[in-house]
Amino acid sequence: MTDHALEPQAEPTWYLAEEEAHHDHGAASPTILGFWIYLMSDALIFASLFAMFGVVASAYAGGPVPREIFDLKLVALNTGLLLASSITFGEAMPHMEAGRVGPVRFWLALTGLLGAGFVGIELYEFAHLIAENAGPDRSAFLSAFFTLVGTHGAHVTVGLVWIVTMLIQLGQHGLNPATRRRLICLSMFWHFLDIIWIGVFTFVYLYGVIR
Amino acid sequence: MTDTLTRTVFGRLSLESLPFLHEPILLGTFIVVALLGLGLVGVVTKYKLWGYLWKEWFTSVDHKKIGIMYIILGIVMLLRGFSDALMMRAQQAIAFGDNPGYLPPHHYDQIFTAHGTIMIFFVAIPLIVGIVNFVMPLQIGARDVAFPFLNNLSFWLTVAGALLVMLSLFVGEFARTGWLSYAPLAGLQYSPDTGVDYYLWSLQIAGVGTTLSAINMVATVIKMRAPGMTMMKMPVFTWTALCSNVLAIAIFPALTAAFFLLLLDRYAGTHFFTNELGGAPMMYWNMVWIWGHPEVYVLVLPAFGIYSEITSTFTGKRLFGYSSMVYATVVITILSYLVWLHHFFTMGAGPTVNSFFGIATMVISIPTGAKIFNWLFTMYRGNIRFELPMMWVVAFMLTFTVGGMTGVLLAIPPADFVLHNSLFLVAHFHNVIIGGVVFALFAGMVYWFPKAFGFKLDDFWGKVAFWGWVIGYWVAWTPIYVVGLMGTTRRVNHFDDPSFQPYFIIAAIGAVIILVGILGFVMSILVGFLKRNQHKDVTGDPWEGRTLEWSTASPPPAYNFAFTPVIHDLDAWYDMKSRGYERPTSGFRPIHMPKNTGAGVILSGLALIFGFAMIWYIWWLAALSFAGLFAVAVGHTFNFKRDYYIPAEEVAATEDKRTTLLAQGA
Repeated sequence: MTDHALEPQAEPTWYLAEEEAHHDHGAASPTILGFWIYLMSDALIFASLFAMFGVVASAYAGGPVPREIFDLKLVALNTGLLLASSITFGEAMPHMEAGRVGPVRFWLALTGLLGAGFVGIELYEFAHLIAENAGPDRSAFLSAFFTLVGTHGAHVTVGLVWIVTMLIQLGQHGLNPATRRRLICLSMFWHFLDIIWIGVFTFVYLYGVIR
Repeated sequence: MTDTLTRTVFGRLSLESLPFLHEPILLGTFIVVALLGLGLVGVVTKYKLWGYLWKEWFTSVDHKKIGIMYIILGIVMLLRGFSDALMMRAQQAIAFGDNPGYLPPHHYDQIFTAHGTIMIFFVAIPLIVGIVNFVMPLQIGARDVAFPFLNNLSFWLTVAGALLVMLSLFVGEFARTGWLSYAPLAGLQYSPDTGVDYYLWSLQIAGVGTTLSAINMVATVIKMRAPGMTMMKMPVFTWTALCSNVLAIAIFPALTAAFFLLLLDRYAGTHFFTNELGGAPMMYWNMVWIWGHPEVYVLVLPAFGIYSEITSTFTGKRLFGYSSMVYATVVITILSYLVWLHHFFTMGAGPTVNSFFGIATMVISIPTGAKIFNWLFTMYRGNIRFELPMMWVVAFMLTFTVGGMTGVLLAIPPADFVLHNSLFLVAHFHNVIIGGVVFALFAGMVYWFPKAFGFKLDDFWGKVAFWGWVIGYWVAWTPIYVVGLMGTTRRVNHFDDPSFQPYFIIAAIGAVIILVGILGFVMSILVGFLKRNQHKDVTGDPWEGRTLEWSTASPPPAYNFAFTPVIHDLDAWYDMKSRGYERPTSGFRPIHMPKNTGAGVILSGLALIFGFAMIWYIWWLAALSFAGLFAVAVGHTFNFKRDYYIPAEEVAATEDKRTTLLAQGA
């Protein structure tokens, strides 16, 4: 709307006499931009947590080191679940564009199940570590590990609540501008968490066990 | 048995936690605050204003009303923060030699912490956010911000944070760790009581509000500008508001993360910032200053915008060097992110790192200096009207320049090793924040007050406020510069060397003169209100303004503009006036607007309860209020009916009233 300046004319237009009702913006809605900016600020929270982890990554304080406590096979399975959930969410979106609410709900539910599996395995891993006396209070390294991975897990949990909410709202209202907009935001949120996880998997787990 | 039960129900809250029961100063404060509060509640109840306040203000999503509420919050908290300042000045003026003063260290430390925390988080930020909220959407020809409900929620979250700080006066105590609560001092080991928890929870809750508000403002500037307003046709204030809010989004996450980690240290036994088991306390300093330094630019950039608008209006000229002003603003935004380490040159990062940050700091003075020259050249051969807002601008230019120069001095690492943690530093940042931000806030409030309320503030009392602040500032802070240069460190509540006492007495006198300025400002509102019929603004354009906000009525109708304006030039309203714009008086159409909602108040109330429960270890209440927060937030998304139309007849009626008013005025 504001991309081009209007040329000054002899009798300038000073106002819009006729306005289109502008509440159904679809993808041009400010919400999409606003949510994107929010994601960037969230990325900076993760950046801060990564920085903290980087500073204390080898501050083991005589406690366990990554090689001893990370079960890479389990983490690889978990990574697979989360990456697969991004694919299933990707499957849902073309159906939304085409206005088919049934398949959207199906793929969304599948995404939620995969996400729940991810959170479940993460909780199992945490419980296991704490039982082995490798909890967050053991060393600065473990504090940073639990906080970084846990903050990501908390985000995924919020995403799960959001998915359930969307499943209900899609059941009540079907696809309308509001639910579409929310699905686009949720989709960005979910893929964003995937990207963060790739960072976690690489720098926390993989890099942890080789050094 | 009963002991465990009490602890389960009340956490660590007990009668012992009410210090005003045994400290006379606090008892006096408590009585005054309680009486004022009861009086206010009584008046509101007597005149049956609760319904009005709830419907028209508390639940309002109108950016103008939210802006005004932010400003009221800022002024109320200014009174609190300034009483802290007076207490400190009084203590330092008398506590020499055998005289211990009237404030024990335990109390004094809470006061300087609360003073800094309140002045930055609950005075400067709400006032700046308030002015941006009120003015910016009007300047870009929008009907509201991008996310009106979020705006309401942001405001109430800030209020919840402020309430927690106020609560710490009477229930428990506030932090004694300085306004940024450095670790490891702020860790559980050295600060086991509730003070730091009050600090952290209040700032976390308010910080969420500030971040959301910043996102909202950026989306508004990018998406909601009127047709024709390209980026380089935006008023300078809108530019500075955009840059300031982009910066806020870039820095608040670092603060949130730092506070989050410190909270984990205090609540979950982690070792981020402890001295044990591998903790790295300096990481806390880095993270809070990655927020802290840019934060002063978050505040001062909109201040620069305010000065720009006023200079241009009161010299009757287009701003000199508009595009250089814009670029300077953007450069400052970027550079401000690269200087944080100058707050701890003494950490021992080494000469290379210190040189980088020292030079980066000095470089910031270049775009800032360019701005000063732009304002001077705007005034040069201009038709200057020295009305109150313009007087503030001139006072700013003189005062701020001195503060800028002491800042460049402090940016030299070897000099900083001498002056680090001294009162010279304290004088420097009060110099730039009072001279830069506070003067702008007063200038802006005087300038836009008639737009918000339809009448001007009282000029005589406005001048009392002006001279009180300007003279008071110099009398209060010049001696502090001097004693600071002589080596006095900050945060000291007693001195042994009596030769410093005269300086502190002069400083205390200066603080009293500033008090005159503050009371003068309050009087200018009261007297202005009483004389509102004499200083009425019927035209909507009381200062011969140049930007779009002056084209609509004062106060503006809920929908701001009956028709969305089309912009052809920078200084859009001046362009309209000079090229024969005629205000439309017919053809009105229904206007689509967002509905009010109480969800923001409820969510913030729950956040307040959650914070309080966490501070006092009342776990059941914390769990309950957290669940409530989640439920209300999710529940709110099930409300799809959030908008309505103002019918065309109502728009026509409102506009007709203005037509009559304008005819009378002419």
